[in-house]
Amino acid sequence: MDDGALRVDGNALAGELSEVFSHEMTVARVACGGCGAVEQLGADHAYIQAPGMVLRCSHCDHVLLVITRTRDRLRLSLAGSKWIDL
Amino acid sequence: MARAAVRGRLSWTLGDVVELIDETPWVRTIALDVPEWAGHRAGQHVDVRLTAEDGYQAQRSYSIASAPEDDRLAITVEALPDGEVSSYLVGELRVGDKLELRGPIGGYFVWEADRTEPLLLVAGGSGMVPLMSMIRHRHAAGATVPAKLLFSSRAWEDVIYRDELERLASAGDGFAAIHTLTRMQPEGWTGYTRRVDAAMLSDVGWSASAMPASFVCGPTPFVEAVANALLLLGHAAPTIKTERFGPTGG
Repeated sequence: MDDGALRVDGNALAGELSEVFSHEMTVARVACGGCGAVEQLGADHAYIQAPGMVLRCSHCDHVLLVITRTRDRLRLSLAGSKWIDL
Repeated sequence: MARAAVRGRLSWTLGDVVELIDETPWVRTIALDVPEWAGHRAGQHVDVRLTAEDGYQAQRSYSIASAPEDDRLAITVEALPDGEVSSYLVGELRVGDKLELRGPIGGYFVWEADRTEPLLLVAGGSGMVPLMSMIRHRHAAGATVPAKLLFSSRAWEDVIYRDELERLASAGDGFAAIHTLTRMQPEGWTGYTRRVDAAMLSDVGWSASAMPASFVCGPTPFVEAVANALLLLGHAAPTIKTERFGPTGG
């Protein structure tokens, strides 16, 4: 299966993010650290089949956000986003 | 654009299964009574978490099918081959069982009945579920904004919410449902028989100049084909909201 078929919307990360943030994150605007494009998080692309969850820019595919989970911890990386506006 | 609402972090809660409705042999609606439910918006989803006796947990996201106005929370689940969560929900779950839920979730793929743009809903298979919440919400709220549903299913037997859609479409309040059956058609079928394409969207949808709000939900290739066709027809990208299922949903 190619990567395209695994693609879902940023909406798919909403549940995990709701445990971290008190805002509804799918309507937060995210600026891509790669190409600078600004989209609502729900409009970017998510890949949730891997052990972690990855949000990628819908314009350039740059990794914006990564969530990895172990039994009792959640690690959130926002290194690929320039900023997030709530 | 609505500001992101501050509503506190979500945690898991329990719902009681009060009714199970078989929509098709593979698709079941689960109606829940959730004591701590804070209400939802049409198009939102919930996470469902199952825990095995040995502590193994699996969670999946399901769209909410019920309207915000309904008394009970309903999700509709399609049993997928090898889907460890969906096959349990469709095959094993019984009335009286409890289900662990987190939600409502999502603010991007939502529609409120006070919006004034013409509404275009395009569903592929069980991608119908969040759109059904919008249609029920529109009806329950007494909204008259014109709305069209284009619903792609494999066969007439696979069309979920079939009877209710027919009822709502004959209510005379500006809602129309158009079906395409891509694999098998009943005898005498005069409707569409092909996959949704730009020509079909042009025939049944709104013109781009009407500035409709479009919501597209279904498997990833379906959603991307429809969204691209709408862009081709001149619809502005921000007016097209998509929700992709991905390959499993499990």
